[in-house]
Amino acid sequence: MDYLQYLRKDKMPHIWCDGCGHGIILKSILRTIDTLGWEKDNIALISGIGCSGRTPGYVDFNTLHTTHGRAIAFATGLKLANPKLHVIVVTGDGDATAIGGNHFIHAARRNLDINVIVFNNRIYGMTGGQCSPTTPTLKKSTTTPYGNPDSAFDISRLAEAAGASYVARTTTFHVAKMDQYIKACFLKKGFSVVEAYSNCPTSYGKMNKETGRRGVDMLLYQKDNMVPIEKAKDMSDEELQGKLVTGVFVDRNIPDYTENYSIVKQNSKK
Amino acid sequence: MKKKKFKVVVKQEWCKSCEICVQICPKKVFVMDHFYSSVRDSNDCIGCLQCEKLCPDFAITVTPIETNDNE
Ligand SMILES: Cc1ncc(C[n+]2csc(CCOP(=O)(O)OP(=O)(O)O)c2C)c(N)n1
Ligand code: SF4
Ligand code: SF4
Ligand code: SF4
Repeated sequence: MDYLQYLRKDKMPHIWCDGCGHGIILKSILRTIDTLGWEKDNIALISGIGCSGRTPGYVDFNTLHTTHGRAIAFATGLKLANPKLHVIVVTGDGDATAIGGNHFIHAARRNLDINVIVFNNRIYGMTGGQCSPTTPTLKKSTTTPYGNPDSAFDISRLAEAAGASYVARTTTFHVAKMDQYIKACFLKKGFSVVEAYSNCPTSYGKMNKETGRRGVDMLLYQKDNMVPIEKAKDMSDEELQGKLVTGVFVDRNIPDYTENYSIVKQNSKK
Repeated sequence: MKKKKFKVVVKQEWCKSCEICVQICPKKVFVMDHFYSSVRDSNDCIGCLQCEKLCPDFAITVTPIETNDNE
């Protein structure tokens, strides 16, 4: 597969650290676009701020690098103004669930027809490894050096409960599943989310030795600790401690925002 | 049946030396050559594409080599 046709070659190599999982997710997105045969000009890829937020700079689509947490707000305007565009939001766990948490849940509630790929490395990578809403309980970050006292958001369950049409989660080790989920996400009408556990050796791996310090160790850690959602249903909370539950959380056909909005428009003319 | 062959190439200018390819490849096709990953022997490659998909830096390409079946 020729990734270069989708990249801004003059911007490569990218800035991500050695062994960072973000490049693995970007590749999966590009493979899926290639499989679907989407025209580059019909795609809009939008981000907020963060390491994940650097993605639009590298791809040769219509791109927007917006403010922290606001990618979904920009994407909403874009999709409503030009419903034919394939709108893809790439966002970090901090971007999507801390500063941008309300945009995320309300876009899910409206069931806006956009695709959101969450690069969940469970830490603020770009700014030096501060704790994020998805840093697991008792894990370390530069702002919680003795362990994080909070509990973590489960982004996939949050999106499901808020009303998304499609939600799936995988890891950067499980690339075949990632391709499969991103394809289903892109094809689904309505708010569709793929949450990818990403490996951040520089900020997360450095602080939390059990995952290993290098990207490759973190990938193998994900391999060893992944539990499919079907299996997780029969496991106790204790057994699921530290496990990465992956799979399709929801895949349902419900009216999306544009459908409901056109009904409202018709009603107003009666 | 003839074994399928693949050409494995590392673009060293983009390689960041993470060693993902070295550790993930089931056939140990890659070795570290000073700072960069380099191809030890493409002939051992089985074309599983794990390295190509997992290299975060777009530095690896794996292409099937056309072979003449009558050879
Ligand atoms: C309004 C605003 N607040 C704070 C920041 C600083 N900031 C930049 S990136 C970031 C967090 C990034 O973490 P995440 O979204 O998880 O992405 P990652 O870097 O891990 O991919 C923060 C807090 C900012 N740029 N703008
Ligand atoms: S800080 Fe973490 S998320 Fe950011 S580029 Fe480095 S490894 Fe990737
Ligand atoms: S996976 Fe890519 S970046 Fe990492 S060592 Fe191999 S070729 Fe280099
Ligand atoms: S395609 Fe598979 S066997 Fe071939 S070099 Fe890559 S990882 Fe190794």
